[in-house]
Amino acid sequence: MMSSQFLENWFLPGVWITVQVTVLSAALAFVIAFPIGVLRTSRLWIVRFLAGTYFEIFRSTSSLVFMFWIAFTVPALFQISFEPLFAGVIALGITYGAYASEIVRGALAAVPQAQREAGIALNFTPLQRLRRIELPQAWPEMLPPFNNLLIELLKGTSLVSLIAVADMTFAGDLLRLVTTESGPIYTLLLALYFVFAFILTRGMRLLERHAKKGVGQAPEKLGLFSGIRSKSSIDVVTGAGGAK
Amino acid sequence: MNWDWQNVDDFMPLFWDGVWITLKALFFGTLIAFSLGMVWAIAQRSEKKWIRWPVTVFTEFIRNTPLLVQLFFLFYVVPEWGPSMSPLVTGIVGLGLHYSTYTSEVYRAGIEGVPEGQWEAATALSLTKQRTWTAVILPQAVRRVVPALGNYVIVMLKESPQMAAIGALDMLGQAQGYSQATFTYEAISIVGVAFIVIAYPASLLLRVLERRLVR
Repeated sequence: MMSSQFLENWFLPGVWITVQVTVLSAALAFVIAFPIGVLRTSRLWIVRFLAGTYFEIFRSTSSLVFMFWIAFTVPALFQISFEPLFAGVIALGITYGAYASEIVRGALAAVPQAQREAGIALNFTPLQRLRRIELPQAWPEMLPPFNNLLIELLKGTSLVSLIAVADMTFAGDLLRLVTTESGPIYTLLLALYFVFAFILTRGMRLLERHAKKGVGQAPEKLGLFSGIRSKSSIDVVTGAGGAK
Repeated sequence: MNWDWQNVDDFMPLFWDGVWITLKALFFGTLIAFSLGMVWAIAQRSEKKWIRWPVTVFTEFIRNTPLLVQLFFLFYVVPEWGPSMSPLVTGIVGLGLHYSTYTSEVYRAGIEGVPEGQWEAATALSLTKQRTWTAVILPQAVRRVVPALGNYVIVMLKESPQMAAIGALDMLGQAQGYSQATFTYEAISIVGVAFIVIAYPASLLLRVLERRLVR
């Protein structure tokens, strides 16, 4: 079984690393998603095309292969070196940023055309329209699919263990090597990821309720995991719009 | 930066072996995901609580935990009480099981999209429960979810490299083996591009299919 020493030296730090990777890569994804998502609704086809290419490339790559590439190939190609944690966060952030940009694009496209025209009539600059008219209305629509994506990202962080970042999956793998009992450790790991997903969902639910205040929509019914499933027409995992 | 084409030549035979393994995993994984997903979706509509409840808990749990850890679980823990499986078989079972919980949501949406009148008509014709499902509901439900199901095949393709972590020699597994033996990086780049080359046209194809089927 797990010795307390192992717990202190490996497992708890591993849990902390998982939290760090999740938060950092989610933040990076978020920062990428907004400009890309907005550019993808641009009137200029070349801008739309370039931003769309970013989405198509990362939707079509395997995030694990990309992560390996960043962690091992980029340092060899360009004669630089960085921490595995950095490589993991960059890879996850870029991949999930692409998915998230699709959510932003979809939500912006769903804002009624008349709202944009009203903004033009009021002589707003494009940036003002975005900030004062379009984003406030699109934001509540983005939250349920963002929650979905966040859960996918949380699960995706387990991949960093494969590029030698000592997250909790890595700690679990290590324990399997030193002890022969792998049953309890993997069960604990699965349970931990589930609990984290649950906490994230609850947090997002609070944000959703807050965001919907003042936009004139009824709050959603609260089920145990009802927020997990996207109610929007955008499928986050596949990035496909309106396939259902 | 020094890209060596010799390494590309050397890696190619291994690469094709890897492609074959990846495609095998994808084919059988899809088979499991598509069929089990339907089972979950139908079970969740059961009138009996003792069927509905465990299935819901099980699918939520699988869906909210990482595939990678599930693969480790299947590979290292399951053999302690049951059959021990090869890395490829473990990968297939893992992928299939994991994505069955996603496809079940797709089927669920499809089933809910069948108009209420169809159920009533089946009742009026006093069809058995089984006939209602197989002859009335499912043919209508499945048709409209084909593109969404297809999307999950692409997702599974992208997630399949995780099998390499338990030693399956798929595309990534081969590249890893080659890179570690030679300290080179060409192999992994080829595999990265290969995923785009397969997945992007596939997603374009699905978009065409979507336009044809969903109206």
